[in-house]
Amino acid sequence: MSQQPATLFDKVWDAHVVRKIEDGPDVFFIDRHFIHEVTSPVAFLGLENRKLQVMFPNKTFATADHNTPTINQHLPVQDPLSANQLKALETNSAKYGISHWGLGNPKNGIVHVVGPENGITLPGMTIVCGDSHTSTHGAFGAIAFGIGTSEVEMVLSSQCIMQPKPKKMLINVNGKLGKGVTPKDAVLYIISQLTAAGATGYFIEYAGEVFREMSMEGRMTVCNMSIEMGARGGMIAPDETTFAYIKGREKAPQGEAWDKALAYWKTLTTDEGATFDVVYDYQAADIEPQITYGTNPGMGIGISQRIPTAAKAGGSKASYEKSLDYMGFHENDAMLGKKIDYVFIGSCTNGRIEDFRAFASIVKGRKKADHVTAWIVPGSHIVEAQIREEGIYDILTEAGFQLRQPGCSACLAMNDDKIPAGKYAVSTSNRNFEGRQGPGARTLLASPLVAAAAAVTGVVTDPRDLIA
Amino acid sequence: MAYDKFTVLTSTAVPLPIENVDTDQIIPARFLKATERKGFGDNLFRDWRYNGDDSPKQDFVLNNPIYSGKILVAGKNFGSGSSREHAAWAIYDYGFRCVVSSFFADIFKNNSLNIGILPVQVSPEFLDKIFLAIEADAKAEITVDLDKQLITIAATGESESFAINSYKKHNLMNGYDDIDYLQAMKDEIRTFADKSIY
Repeated sequence: MSQQPATLFDKVWDAHVVRKIEDGPDVFFIDRHFIHEVTSPVAFLGLENRKLQVMFPNKTFATADHNTPTINQHLPVQDPLSANQLKALETNSAKYGISHWGLGNPKNGIVHVVGPENGITLPGMTIVCGDSHTSTHGAFGAIAFGIGTSEVEMVLSSQCIMQPKPKKMLINVNGKLGKGVTPKDAVLYIISQLTAAGATGYFIEYAGEVFREMSMEGRMTVCNMSIEMGARGGMIAPDETTFAYIKGREKAPQGEAWDKALAYWKTLTTDEGATFDVVYDYQAADIEPQITYGTNPGMGIGISQRIPTAAKAGGSKASYEKSLDYMGFHENDAMLGKKIDYVFIGSCTNGRIEDFRAFASIVKGRKKADHVTAWIVPGSHIVEAQIREEGIYDILTEAGFQLRQPGCSACLAMNDDKIPAGKYAVSTSNRNFEGRQGPGARTLLASPLVAAAAAVTGVVTDPRDLIA
Repeated sequence: MAYDKFTVLTSTAVPLPIENVDTDQIIPARFLKATERKGFGDNLFRDWRYNGDDSPKQDFVLNNPIYSGKILVAGKNFGSGSSREHAAWAIYDYGFRCVVSSFFADIFKNNSLNIGILPVQVSPEFLDKIFLAIEADAKAEITVDLDKQLITIAATGESESFAINSYKKHNLMNGYDDIDYLQAMKDEIRTFADKSIY
């Protein structure tokens, strides 16, 4: 251990540097590597072309999620290209001895949901995946971030990537989140303050009372969206909440190994006197339920507010106008009362059991608005089973909702779950980019509570008005 | 995958003065279903470039025949969002070898360097000068000299230096990649892995 005061990030990063290159990146060792069907096939082709092997097959885990249907998963996948990609993941995993939870496997689900829920994700680890929302795993005090396919090939063949060490940002949020204000609102608020590029080049540590009191599901939601302000990732120091979540999960350490790991994990905090390159402080009392109005996640406001003018929003006026034009919105429009067409709850951001509990808390005893199409997509089969066991399924069914099967679904609309052109979707996912949820689709990012309020009223509604 | 060495590039440029161009715009998710790296250039900027019926959108810069070249010049925060390397592949496959902006998203920058595209970050003022030069003359040439780390607008002679670490610079100038480097140090990696508690 270093004698100098160190941040959580420094401790984990420095423990994984195999070699430092002068005026270059660090050779950085990876403890866990997740792969999925979309960003891995070309990496495996690369291995074949260079006649390389997978160096540590037991450190890589494969699951199919991005390009899978969310209905009729027992039937053959209709789209031949998608079927081919799923087959490639299965074949490559088998060939190199990699664990594979494909479609139909009871452990299958979204990569950033199944990793934590099976105890694969642990504090102090370095975790990568060819997916930018790998930042999710930072909730456990891991350094986790998304990589490109060339880097997937590096990890497969050498368990390392070449990575310059990012700068360090500390985000403190103190106080208590108000009624109807969720972890999703906290992170959407932070992104709206920092902008979609405000943390580029940094790795974030989230600290303060709000995160200390947050569940692991909530922490995952927050860390998940670190990339939406440009940060490679964000992390939260592991504590009793973290340890309680992990203990007993299938792949978590047990017995003596648990005690040894726990002793190490308890050292993973930022030392007093350690410094960051930049620090931001926010107050929980300033955060109300959030919603986005534009085409990047930084374009968000409190649900009771009006869309800012271009001058107030800052940045290029032409880009701002292009964005509002795409959305069919205008400066100074109120968000409350805007008619919506679709609701999507799910994704690696908000596809965990707590999110469906929140959604059900509002729809219970109410009915889905007739004109709204709702896609309710659990993050994994384990989450789906919990939804049934806890009676949430019955609440959803009585309110006129149908539960779909796990997958990334309308978050990126690679499968058939596409929002039609021009339609408005309140979505618990992470990106409101043009066309993200289907060509021409218009996305309003929000929490599961805001999504539920919109689903039962058919318009953008403040969930606090529906909470007893 | 091997790529062409990058030394000095002199070319006309294609202007895209839009901020926060995310990788979903560069290549939408529905075109990520291939299991091989080919043909992505056809779908570069698909939904800005084509209408729903596949007819070209006449007002998009890639459909304007007066603009061409191996350099793409874009507004700040280029390549944000998804980590899909397919975005860099699409840009390379279309024929670009260099992207100039006043700010790049991290993952896109890494992906570009890994496949032989040079991302050149310039000051906002110099970016404006490039846009003005192209606006004045669509055939204005830009020279990017990697060895000197210098970008020059030929018509005005104005230039600005840009940063790149010496490791990546050496790789790009010689057509090497990180996998070559990592393969050469596998014993060291194995020794390191033996100490891991995970």
